[in-house]
Amino acid sequence: MFVQILFYAFSAILLAAALGVIASRNPVHSALSLVLAFFTSAALWLLIEVEFLAIVLVLVYVGAVMVLFLFVVMMLDVNIERVRGGFIRHAGLGLVVASLVAAQMIGVFWARDLGVDATLGAPPLPDDYSNTRALGEVLYTQYVYPFELAAVLLLVAIVAAITLTLRQRPGLKPQDVAKQVAVRREDRVRLVKDVDAAGTGPGADRDASPRGGEGA
Amino acid sequence: MITLQHMLTLSGLLFALSVAGIFLNRKNIILILMCIEVMLLSVNFSFVSFSRFLGDLDGQVFVFFVLTVAAAEAAIGLAILVVLFRERGSINVEDLDTLKG
Repeated sequence: MFVQILFYAFSAILLAAALGVIASRNPVHSALSLVLAFFTSAALWLLIEVEFLAIVLVLVYVGAVMVLFLFVVMMLDVNIERVRGGFIRHAGLGLVVASLVAAQMIGVFWARDLGVDATLGAPPLPDDYSNTRALGEVLYTQYVYPFELAAVLLLVAIVAAITLTLRQRPGLKPQDVAKQVAVRREDRVRLVKDVDAAGTGPGADRDASPRGGEGA
Repeated sequence: MITLQHMLTLSGLLFALSVAGIFLNRKNIILILMCIEVMLLSVNFSFVSFSRFLGDLDGQVFVFFVLTVAAAEAAIGLAILVVLFRERGSINVEDLDTLKG
């Protein structure tokens, strides 16, 4: 009973947060509502004993993806009024499509012949059951090849994101390390006044670089 | 007691809300990306529920991969968005008509 009350409370928060995402005026508020939605989803997943993915959802989504979203939203100077144009005009169509989608999906879920009995609760887990361990055992044996592909995909995403946002501005004077290393003494030092070979004066070989200084 | 019907109904409502969000905010690319994230979340909800209530771990493994792909998608999508804003100074969908589609 207590679990059911929690479920309904979290569901209400989740749907309200989703509504906040799609209907708030400010994109920053939308992003924050989305954070709340992910957090509440993690709580719901904990409620049905899917612990590992709940933690991963908080870490990956709230910790990484949503921070990235907030960063971009705050960095870009969005003209809210212009972007909001047509909100009311499309509201009717959006509501119709959304209610159709919801009615169809819920109709399927509540149909009697789903093939499984959907009105039963979750099967009880043994006392020493560890969701993380069970998932890891499947992930590193049966799904090890897709797992490595996922790693490669993340690498591709990193390279793509950096390549896209990297830019060379024209006014910039960046260092060229190869040029710096390959420079010779003759390129930099110009002998202005000839001093005697002993070089006892205080500033005599101030200009001489440690490397190849014998030519002075 | 939470049943499979409860979870799937919640997932369906979440998906419908995100579809409505794409219709409502069809000019703002950032909000469209956020609605896609909510959509993926609702699909993950279905996967997790089926996996838990039918006692099959493969659904949870799939959610793991969906999370990976969604993170990559968000990173690249936002990178494209930043480049777009740098080029055009706007993220309004109506300004993106170079291809005359």
